[in-house]
Amino acid sequence: MDALTGGALTGAWELHPSVSLRPEPFGALAYHFGNRRLTFLRHPDVVSVVRALADHPTVDAALGACEVDERRWPSFHRALATLAASEMIRPRTSAGDDEPVQEAC
Amino acid sequence: MSTELMSETVETEPRTDDAVDEASGDLVVEELLVEEISIDGMCGVY
Amino acid sequence: MGIDVKAPVGRVTKTPALVDQMKAGLDAPICLTWELTYACNLACVHCLSSSGRRDPRELTTEECLGVVDQLRDLQVFYVNIGGGEPMLRRDFEDIVEYATTHQVGVKFSTNGTYLDAAAARRFAAMDYLDIQISIDGATPDVNDAVRGEGSFAAAVTAMENLAEADFGPFKISLVVTRHNVSQLDQYLGLADRYGAQLRVTRLRPAGRGADTWHELHPTQAQQRDLYHWLMDRPHVLTGDSFFHLSAFGEALPGLNLCGAGRVVCLIDPVGDVYACPFVIHDEFRAGSVRDDGGFAEVWKRSELFRSLREPSSPGACASCGSYDACQGGCMAAKFFVGLELDDPDPECVKGHAEPLLTAVVPGAAPVPSPDHTRPGAVQVALGATRRG
Repeated sequence: MDALTGGALTGAWELHPSVSLRPEPFGALAYHFGNRRLTFLRHPDVVSVVRALADHPTVDAALGACEVDERRWPSFHRALATLAASEMIRPRTSAGDDEPVQEAC
Repeated sequence: MSTELMSETVETEPRTDDAVDEASGDLVVEELLVEEISIDGMCGVY
Repeated sequence: MGIDVKAPVGRVTKTPALVDQMKAGLDAPICLTWELTYACNLACVHCLSSSGRRDPRELTTEECLGVVDQLRDLQVFYVNIGGGEPMLRRDFEDIVEYATTHQVGVKFSTNGTYLDAAAARRFAAMDYLDIQISIDGATPDVNDAVRGEGSFAAAVTAMENLAEADFGPFKISLVVTRHNVSQLDQYLGLADRYGAQLRVTRLRPAGRGADTWHELHPTQAQQRDLYHWLMDRPHVLTGDSFFHLSAFGEALPGLNLCGAGRVVCLIDPVGDVYACPFVIHDEFRAGSVRDDGGFAEVWKRSELFRSLREPSSPGACASCGSYDACQGGCMAAKFFVGLELDDPDPECVKGHAEPLLTAVVPGAAPVPSPDHTRPGAVQVALGATRRG
């Protein structure tokens, strides 16, 4: 069973503003107040990447900034596609993307 | 803290934080990094 | 589509690590039940909180808002507000409004008596609010036999008011008993008629339920029917309260996990914190929101919750092949019928509790405490519609 129906997520993304992200020892819980869905983020690295999305122009840029080993990227792409499907993350449309922010994760 | 990594197709031994085999450098397992849980699926959660 | 533990491939396969995380306890509850008052206009025979009379030590409005602040700080996602009848508190809507505007979602359970058209419109205008109407039968005779004369009509009126006010989807919740299990399809029809989601939940021998449990709980045959009915209808909510039935075969959807003290807990009207709403008894009291450190301290460091987060031994269930599926059942059910916590569930579908139950000395089972039943409250007579 694969969460991807197409290619990887393109463009800029961000945590949905209706989502409460709550740290836990294993990673985090994410609860979407709008659709009432609950998701476990099962590794601290996923949490870091999700938080970093808003500061980077693409998913892969966020992965890079968080120093996620590239060989793990497919798993992260799947995870983010799952989050997109449940609206935990959403495409970012704000201006300011023309200057990529090379921030650390 | 070790993470238990599971996927439908590969082994499910506990791994360290890296899903990468130290020796060969290959990706050893796919990681299930997010999991949706039904709010209705835990006793006591209304 | 997401990776969903309820998907067919994963239905039998749990994800051990995730369940283990839950069993070890979370940093904060996902949600919790908050009984706002013990006052109630009804006197349902199986009331889990023995409600009726208001307790004079109830949390004040200010204390209640303070609890909401604490929940927000902990990032508790939402609360299930109940009672008694929560709408009997004059500050009920103020508390709900405060919560939903301060990052704490609200779902409240009500018998509907006070949910008039105007209230329905006010609720329809609020965000992050879910409503659940309690109704224990698909017809007045079956419902009123446990909830009192007129209670069915009051509940249906509330449902009509919600529909009229365009509230949107709400829930109706049924406690399954020996006498209403035959009405499940009709009950589903009732839910469909009002655009509501159906929730069915397990009767525990808690509160006034302790007095009537032996007469009210479903028979083994009915449990089997219920199991199959639920398996065929994954859209019916159960709150995972029937995980003991998973021992019948394929596991019911859900984590089949007791969340008490680990994922959820109860705050009662006087601020006492219990492991769950079905164990209102000193044995399962973890502390009080009025203690130093408030709710957070109780959740994170109370002795009771720490012990609930330790791995538990299967005890008598160790040799049974179904333990993985049923986890030994419900702590509250065992406790209030006088079994030990590592005994089988009193409704163990394999009958492993039968010999133990007959050995329980009458009167030896723990008494739910405290009892808020109104003196002289009409005790609904079960005999009227009892069948067999």
